[in-house]
Amino acid sequence: MSVIVVLLIASISVAALFLAAFLWSVKSGQYNDEASPPIRILFNDATITETNKSDETNTNNDQKTDIIP
Amino acid sequence: MSNPFTGTATACYHCGEDCGTEPIQAYNKNFCCEGCKSVYEILNKTGMCDYYAINNNPGNSQKIKVRHNQFAFLDDESVQKALTVFKDSTQTHVTFYLPHMHCSSCLWLIENLHRLNENIISSKVNFTRKEADIVFNHSQTSMRKVAELLTSIGYEPYISLQNLQQQKPRINRSKIYKLGVAGFCFANIMLLSFPEYLGIDDKEKNLINLFRYMSVLLSLPVVLYAATEFYNSAFKSLRHKYLNIDIPIVFAIWVTFIRSMVEIFTNTGSGYLDSMCGIVFFMLAGRILQDKTYEQLNFDRDYTAYFPIAVSRINNNKEEIVTLPNIQLDDTLLIHHQELIPADGILTKGKALIDYSFVTGESLPIEKQMGEMIYAGGKQLNSNIELLVIKEVAQSYLTKLWNRSTFKVAEQKAKHSFVDALSRYFTWIVFAIAAIAGLYWYIHDVSKLWQAVTAVLIVACPCALLLSNTFTNGTILRRLGKNNFYLRNATTIEAIAKVDYIVFDKTGTLTTGRYENITYNGIPLTESLKIKIATLTAQSTHPLSKAIVQWLKASGSTKITGYREVPGMGIEGMVEEEWIAIGAKQFITKEEAGADDASTVYLAVEGTTIGKFIFKNSYRPGLHGLSKQLQKKYALAVLSGDNSGEKSFLQTLLGFKAVTLFHQKPNDKLQFIEQLQSQGHTVMMVGDGLNDAGSLQQANVGIAISENSNNFTPASDVILDAAQLHHLPAFIQLAKANRWIIMTAFAVSIIYNIIGIYFAVQGTLSPMIAAILMPASTISIVCITYGLSNLYAKKLKLK
Repeated sequence: MSVIVVLLIASISVAALFLAAFLWSVKSGQYNDEASPPIRILFNDATITETNKSDETNTNNDQKTDIIP
Repeated sequence: MSNPFTGTATACYHCGEDCGTEPIQAYNKNFCCEGCKSVYEILNKTGMCDYYAINNNPGNSQKIKVRHNQFAFLDDESVQKALTVFKDSTQTHVTFYLPHMHCSSCLWLIENLHRLNENIISSKVNFTRKEADIVFNHSQTSMRKVAELLTSIGYEPYISLQNLQQQKPRINRSKIYKLGVAGFCFANIMLLSFPEYLGIDDKEKNLINLFRYMSVLLSLPVVLYAATEFYNSAFKSLRHKYLNIDIPIVFAIWVTFIRSMVEIFTNTGSGYLDSMCGIVFFMLAGRILQDKTYEQLNFDRDYTAYFPIAVSRINNNKEEIVTLPNIQLDDTLLIHHQELIPADGILTKGKALIDYSFVTGESLPIEKQMGEMIYAGGKQLNSNIELLVIKEVAQSYLTKLWNRSTFKVAEQKAKHSFVDALSRYFTWIVFAIAAIAGLYWYIHDVSKLWQAVTAVLIVACPCALLLSNTFTNGTILRRLGKNNFYLRNATTIEAIAKVDYIVFDKTGTLTTGRYENITYNGIPLTESLKIKIATLTAQSTHPLSKAIVQWLKASGSTKITGYREVPGMGIEGMVEEEWIAIGAKQFITKEEAGADDASTVYLAVEGTTIGKFIFKNSYRPGLHGLSKQLQKKYALAVLSGDNSGEKSFLQTLLGFKAVTLFHQKPNDKLQFIEQLQSQGHTVMMVGDGLNDAGSLQQANVGIAISENSNNFTPASDVILDAAQLHHLPAFIQLAKANRWIIMTAFAVSIIYNIIGIYFAVQGTLSPMIAAILMPASTISIVCITYGLSNLYAKKLKLK
């Protein structure tokens, strides 16, 4: 029987910890902006090398010279 | 990288706009204007061209040049103080609203501002609100410099008078806390109840008592904190002597709680604490779902959001910055090109060409002479003018218009939902059942009386109705929001469903307010004559002249002599030996012009009238379909502040039964709606400008049309993206469906209630049955409301 009581106290305190974490996360404003963080996280990886990019733009410019009268 | 070029058009490398026939070429790239090129230069110099790698042509068009001292007002201390969020000895935190922000590149660039200016310590973007929190070192740089830097890279901060006067409302998160607490308690009480439901050995009786007392402890936060949401609302409605749905719900919560306490402390049963906490949790979830707010939108804007925060004043021949509330009588204000006129005054210097389309609904700008009165709210289109203030900002025509219309605010709009009425019937029926059951047991077995009556009251709480209502409202609000039809709150759904009369504004609502349709009537124009006309019209800054130049598709390059511009009339000049005049009827033909000739321009060569240009407003696409669908069910009307040049077109568009009224002042519009309401109509007003502000408030449902959902819209119940206007009938349909979806879900959930009552009247409702019925009923309600709302939206071909 005493095992159950210990388990009971343990489980409720763990749950209470999660509740506290939830309340804290709401209070600290983590849910205030749901749009920016998913965009922001991509930037750290998405550093594009300068050479790559200028290659691409050059091909574009070739097309352009054909088009412009 | 996809090819950004279509046909012969060249897209600007920075902003993606068409560069026209002569793009500016630099760094192997094409730019549409010098502004875009200079933004590229700034970014290139600091090695920040990653900006262009994240998205194609991410920039904002820089064709409209920014005045060099536009942000001079940010040097003013009172303005600084109003904008600063936090300040210490070295750092200043400021939040700027940047309406041009639109993609991930924007976010990247703005968060890397510190690479452009090392005195900016950090910048953090809130993308939904289009705001940036910027921290800078104020001993090295200034707020003005930060604003100018933002403007130079294409993100001009929008700073209005509202920044000076209002504090942002704080977001209320108490419901979410309550939901968290209720969820925690509900889940744990449920766990503690399982042993008893599943059968526990008699040997372990002590454990059962322990579990029960733990449940009591855990239920206290729910009854005393989480459920206060319903207590508040019930108390408020009682004070207004109105029975809303929360009253029977609070009653049921307390009956359940008291009965459970009695059972547990007299050791006669385990109570219904798990079901009670569960229902509070689900009802809170529904409330939160229903209270979806659009943070990026503001439904309560007044004129202060439209006015600038400060303007230039001329004092002893020197220009100085003055904040709007400090403008005094007899001040001389300097109004720059594209600036808003903040106070009523008399023109003392310069040529005024003022665009009042937003204030009065007139689509053509008005020219004003020296000494003429200029009303606040218009936008100066010509070069700088000077203005002698004769009325302070708070006294001006526009401000008064606003104050007059807002004295009857949304308060009076009926907030009484049909759900409240339904819940009242429901409650009476429940009381009746409880009374009959009570009477029966009083006669047969008094010991069961208490059990039966309380059980009936517990089972029959109208929480199923509340859940159907909130979940349906929430789903429909979201669905409409996905289609850029943003509702202020859930009660607006019911208001839309009741509408039987729809009133439209013309300029800016049905039309785009720009002149794009030009037809020419008269002797056909030769190519050489076209060039000559273009030469002449290119001299003028009047929007109609500009429209003609564009329409002619000819660039005037020939010489012009004797050019003369008669304000409000027309222009004339000698182009290659030919005298060409173009302008109003009176100016060309010397005949008196009717009021409706305002959007017609006459053309004369060598004194003989050879033709006229007729300007038609360009109407938003899909209006024919819109009016065809609406005509069948609704009475329609158009109220326009403009001339009646478009009357016949509007009449064919909206059908001959439609009322079309022109030259309507803001007050006329308001009175028209009041009149309809006194005839018993429920009116929806669709408008956009300040001239509609009063009628949008007065109407039962006010829909503000917005070209870009972040620009200024007057206070309203709904904000609708202009591009979605043709979906209006579908939006109304969906709002109407709201009611029967709620009823269907409720009808299904009543089956569960009947099962519950069957046990309850016999006095044999065990906690386990309640614990099964409650979540089962909730899940079926959620499935029905979510499924039906989305199916119906799909049927209406909505996103």
